Amino acid sequence: MQRSVSTFEKGTGMIINDFSITIATVNGAGSQTANNTLLRAIHKMGVPVSGKNIFPSNIQGLPTWFTIRVSKDGYLGRREQAEVVVAINKASIKEDIQTLASGGICLYPDDLQLPISRDDVTFYPMPVNELVKQSGAEARLKPYVANMVYVGTLACLLAIDLQEIESALAYHFKGKQKALDLNFATAKAAYDWAKVHLAKTDPFQVERMNRTEGTFLIDGNSAAALGAVFGGVQFVAWYPITPSTSIVDHLSEYLTKLRQDAEGNASYAIIQAEDELAVIGMVVGAGWAGARAMTATSGPGLSLMTEFAGYAYFAEIPAVIWNVQRMGPSTGLPTRTAQDDILAAYTLGHGDGRHVCLIPGSVAECFEFGTMALDLAERLQTLVIVLSDLDLGLNLWPTKPFDYPDQPLDRGKLLSADDLTRLQGEWKRYADVDGDGVCYRTLPGTNHPAAAYFTRGTGHNQSAGYSERPEDWSANLSRLAKKHDHARTLVPVPIVDLKDGAEIGLIAYGTSDSALQEARDLLQAGGRATSYLRLRALPLESQLAAFIKKHKRLYVIENNLDGQMRALIQLHVPADADRIVSVAKCDGLPLTARWICETIAAHETKEQP
Amino acid sequence: MTTTATTPSPVVNQIGLSRAEYTGASSTLCNGCGHYAIANVIIDAVYSLGLDPTRIAKISGIGCSSKSPAYFLGRSHSINSLHGRMPSIATGATTVNKELITIGVSGDGDTGSIGLGQFKHLIRRNVDMVYLIENNGVYGLTKGQLSATADLGQKQKHGGLNEIPPIDLCLEAIIAGCCFVAQSFAGDPKQLQTLIKAAFSHRGTAVLNIISPCVSFNNGEGSTKSYVWGREHELPLHEINFIPLEHDQIQAEYEPGTIRDLALHDGSIIRLKKTDQEYDPTDRMAAIRLLEEERSGQLFTTGLLYINEERKTVVEREKLVATPLVHLPDSALRPPRAALDAVMADYL
Repeated sequence: MQRSVSTFEKGTGMIINDFSITIATVNGAGSQTANNTLLRAIHKMGVPVSGKNIFPSNIQGLPTWFTIRVSKDGYLGRREQAEVVVAINKASIKEDIQTLASGGICLYPDDLQLPISRDDVTFYPMPVNELVKQSGAEARLKPYVANMVYVGTLACLLAIDLQEIESALAYHFKGKQKALDLNFATAKAAYDWAKVHLAKTDPFQVERMNRTEGTFLIDGNSAAALGAVFGGVQFVAWYPITPSTSIVDHLSEYLTKLRQDAEGNASYAIIQAEDELAVIGMVVGAGWAGARAMTATSGPGLSLMTEFAGYAYFAEIPAVIWNVQRMGPSTGLPTRTAQDDILAAYTLGHGDGRHVCLIPGSVAECFEFGTMALDLAERLQTLVIVLSDLDLGLNLWPTKPFDYPDQPLDRGKLLSADDLTRLQGEWKRYADVDGDGVCYRTLPGTNHPAAAYFTRGTGHNQSAGYSERPEDWSANLSRLAKKHDHARTLVPVPIVDLKDGAEIGLIAYGTSDSALQEARDLLQAGGRATSYLRLRALPLESQLAAFIKKHKRLYVIENNLDGQMRALIQLHVPADADRIVSVAKCDGLPLTARWICETIAAHETKEQP
Repeated sequence: MTTTATTPSPVVNQIGLSRAEYTGASSTLCNGCGHYAIANVIIDAVYSLGLDPTRIAKISGIGCSSKSPAYFLGRSHSINSLHGRMPSIATGATTVNKELITIGVSGDGDTGSIGLGQFKHLIRRNVDMVYLIENNGVYGLTKGQLSATADLGQKQKHGGLNEIPPIDLCLEAIIAGCCFVAQSFAGDPKQLQTLIKAAFSHRGTAVLNIISPCVSFNNGEGSTKSYVWGREHELPLHEINFIPLEHDQIQAEYEPGTIRDLALHDGSIIRLKKTDQEYDPTDRMAAIRLLEEERSGQLFTTGLLYINEERKTVVEREKLVATPLVHLPDSALRPPRAALDAVMADYL
């Protein structure tokens, strides 16, 4: 049973390697394999590509969208509209057709009644049921195999190399030959069917390039886990929470492979706690005892860790929290991305205190900061929070292979029993011997009569004794502030790209980087030259102030509504505060280059008509 | 005639330390506080066992009891953490350094109210430590509010009687799977010291619920957490002795059937001399029955309520390498360059 392919006026020419594909399915229908197969195949054809999974907080049944952006220019950010839609989901098909870009194409299963039509869209039916029947797949595998129909059909229509599809499936099934054969045979059958039955009347096509050689696709959470493993993590406590859970899944996977001896004994421990209160308590306990300890969480979990965050800051205990940000406040949208915990993370806890935060903007930085966070926590004897987000953590991004750390593990200022003997037992836990605000510590179990000290969250003097004396209190807090200033010199510096003569300075961080690169090109095309500074850490450091001085008008672009980073920057450079404009948006989706460009252009027009 | 002045050699224990070397800072607790009596019993127990104080970690939460680690074992590292969160700190610390001998000190508010969840989960995991609850049924530092173990009808300083039943922390421990549960009394230092010594030799979490009177807010007539009540109502289950491993295990002559020896994991022995009561501390259901009876009859049974040396600890379950994690060299923590290359090759 076939429908006729509706046709419409063709475009002026082919559109090569510059479009987006959205696959609209039902959550839990097993489309991830199919989507990643397409992504990988296009990547292997040398074409820059990124994928974004926009999924619901649900196990099965709600609509989910996977967008693949194919970009010859290497833009990895989200776009508002797709030119190619695979509409599998009855519940969302109307909206999926409505939002399709003009001149786009829509693939759909031929038994699905199209609720609306559009004259400016090409519709391609796919005989999904028929091809699944022909595949001979057993009933439980049918939904998965069905997804191969759109893989094969798209491969035919868009000229994606079928061999790359096969290789991508082989990568996914890792030696499970039967699964590979069944899935590939169906993709191939759909490809062959489309070749015969579909007359291509649209301009979209993938063509081989050489822009991805030596790179691979990985999600930020895998990269973070790998970074922590090569950072020598010893203790992990956690509680399941979207979208951070896969950091621990991957930690477990890599640690099992890389950190067990021949008898299967582990040089690490992973404990699933009863809640995030216990998680952070365990991490702080392990850090106090001398282990490199971490957890991964998201907004609500971070809230529960608040009291211990202040404790780790004040009692000066190393700990690492990976906070993979999602939409808050409250439960918010657990499966949607945001950069909305900047202020919460930086100032987590009651009373005075600020935390060192690392903000990765790429999967390579997730790896790098995975190690660096553990080093900095021990170097500074404090809590380090890594602020990733759902977009970075869960989606696949292209990257070059990660660099092996070139510095040894930094275990910070530790006094051993031998050190204490040399010092004749004379030491004070909270004495600023080196003038950088960071003191020396001993670990429990250090075999020296003078090793012990009393760790407390209450007021203390240099010897860690309980003290309510005002001078002890203020001296201690001042030293902690000095330590925070010292941290400014240790955290990763911003990435700065200065454009000669540019009056506009753009400041962004984290995953917004992917949209920023493209937004700058769009602004430039509109005659607006911009410089760009990407922050990679808190506390803010000196390069930022210099950048602000250099530019007339500054925009801080971020994925929250309150302009959280902008507020911190304004506090950092109060004299320049009124020149710093917030370009902030939070709707659960990654920022797009077009929105950034239009928002800034509108503001510029107002300022410089 | 001249006399030669001689300095008497100080009395020392097996590892050559005097008792003074096991003491801590001077106490800021109220005079007569049960917690201070317990601190002294801890010093006596650790001193006479000859434990190396630098191997001990003292972990506590918040409250009068949690402050007390400052007053004993000054040569041991200590961490006074957050209210109700001692168990999680202990779980992290003991997992990464299994050589630490860990004493957790908590109170009835810290364990029974704000920390009940962490208490039970620590026990489920069987974290290897001695967990002391200094139970006085009242919040002292905030001046006399009711805790989760307050008696029915207990008066609050500022208005109101307690109308909800107390939580029995021994019962909670047993139900959560605890394999060493004992109850004692700050006014019975001899029994308490023996139980603390035995607890150090237990593999896994050893919970001691110690009635420790608050002289300022809950030592009045009728309070089951008072000295007078404890002295008048204490019903020891048995006469208990602890025979450490190194000790010459002299076989004294006993009437047949009057003695029961319980072997601990490290080879030490708990020797129970029966009293009038027939009680088997290896029978979990018997312990639960006893505690239920105690609850309804307002009885005060002390001694070893339940013991079982079979359950695996968190460190055993996690299958950790022989060396404590914190003593592993950095080379054992960072996999070699080739390992990263191999992972990268897989992705490519």
